[in-house]
Amino acid sequence: MKKVGIAGYGSTKFSKNKIPIEELLVESTKQVFQTTSNLSQNLIDGVIVSTNDNSKYLGAIVSERSGIKPKISHTIEHLCSSGTNAVISAFSYIASGLADVILVTGGDVIGNPGQVLEWDQSRGELNHPIYWGSIFTKAYKRKFNTTEEELAIVSAKNHKQAIDNPNSYSHEPYTISQIMNSKIITDDLRILDCSYPCSGSASVLLASENIIKKFTDTPIWISGIGQKTNSASFTKNDLLNLSSTISASNDAYAMSNTNSNDIDVAEVHDAFSVCELMAVKDLGLTEKSSSTEFIRNLFNTGDRKINPRGGLIGAGHPLGATGISQIIEITQQLQNNAEKRQIPNVKKGLVHNMSAAATSSTVLILES
Amino acid sequence: MNKFETELKNGNFIVSECIDCKQIIWPTSDFCNICHNTTKWRNTNNLGIIIEFSKKNDEFFGLIEVEQNLRVMGKIVTDKIPEINQKVILKECSFNKTPKFIFKTITN
Ligand SMILES: [Zn+2]
Repeated sequence: MKKVGIAGYGSTKFSKNKIPIEELLVESTKQVFQTTSNLSQNLIDGVIVSTNDNSKYLGAIVSERSGIKPKISHTIEHLCSSGTNAVISAFSYIASGLADVILVTGGDVIGNPGQVLEWDQSRGELNHPIYWGSIFTKAYKRKFNTTEEELAIVSAKNHKQAIDNPNSYSHEPYTISQIMNSKIITDDLRILDCSYPCSGSASVLLASENIIKKFTDTPIWISGIGQKTNSASFTKNDLLNLSSTISASNDAYAMSNTNSNDIDVAEVHDAFSVCELMAVKDLGLTEKSSSTEFIRNLFNTGDRKINPRGGLIGAGHPLGATGISQIIEITQQLQNNAEKRQIPNVKKGLVHNMSAAATSSTVLILES
Repeated sequence: MNKFETELKNGNFIVSECIDCKQIIWPTSDFCNICHNTTKWRNTNNLGIIIEFSKKNDEFFGLIEVEQNLRVMGKIVTDKIPEINQKVILKECSFNKTPKFIFKTITN
């Protein structure tokens, strides 16, 4: 199996503007060409699109608009974790020798159809994500006696970190008390505990070890991959564990021959505040403290280890772009290229991307 | 609309059960996801317990376990704050694009 690394990347700003999906995808793709050395269209063997949009034939459309005539071209959809799923498909083509260079471009438009899984009849009429977010939060509060302040700290930290992310949809420095007093959605959720759907696109260029040095002096390798899908319906979930995440992270750590103690930075899927508290524990990142103590300590010390770009809550959640945007952040961190967001001495990073109330999870390990 | 949806609209909450291994297959299906035998329709007893709940505006809602392998999200009608494991009865069900379930608490 060939080694596969990140050779380049590009991203649009995330916004609440309604921009056609084709324009979004082409914009972040254009940035890959503008910022990657020696990249020309004829070197790209594949174009894979990640989106929940209903538009058809986007792989071919992005290719034509960008002047690429790829061998492989198609779309990957897996709700909120479409992005990491598309990257794993690209990884597999390259690792197997079927391709050497693949562009993965993902995006979604605000109000896209990926936010509600209509098939899931077990959710009844309560099919908006706020309902499962509330049930998760309530169960977590009940089990761990978590306070509203402890939940608000997750959002305050991620909003604060998003200020230094030029592509995030929000640059508001929300305080803990502003979050605790923000609009009530349910008894267990405030509006600022929720990630916000928005428009945006992010792209990465993946290349094999044979050619990657042509594009970058600092390739970032994908050394571990884990995925698990337990169900499609929310009501089959365990409410207190992200069991798909536990399984996916065990596989990712094993593949990269590493463990959670070696992780210096992580992007985790904070669809709601409670998801970050659950994820850091289930990924094994909290060491010996509780999730709430761990996150409070990061917030108080200004340590950006978890969600340095602001996570989904701070940066916004354009579904098909999210996993790719997480990968770009970890890549920049490992290249010591994350500007104001830079964490010192990072050697290994983790990406955690979930779908549909944690019924499915993807975990990637990246290293320099 | 399929049979489940039509029946639900008529106020009957029916589920699919495997003719061989007797498991409830939910969301409903015409074959079993364990042994791949066909399923038959049967009524539920319309009773459940509250696994977890929250509240939106003035309405409680929650995750209700109706039978083993059969959990749904629905509204909960009650005059007191519900309790975990509290018994509920299906008060109303319907179908309009999505299923709709309304449960009512039973005082223990
Ligand atoms: Zn069966």
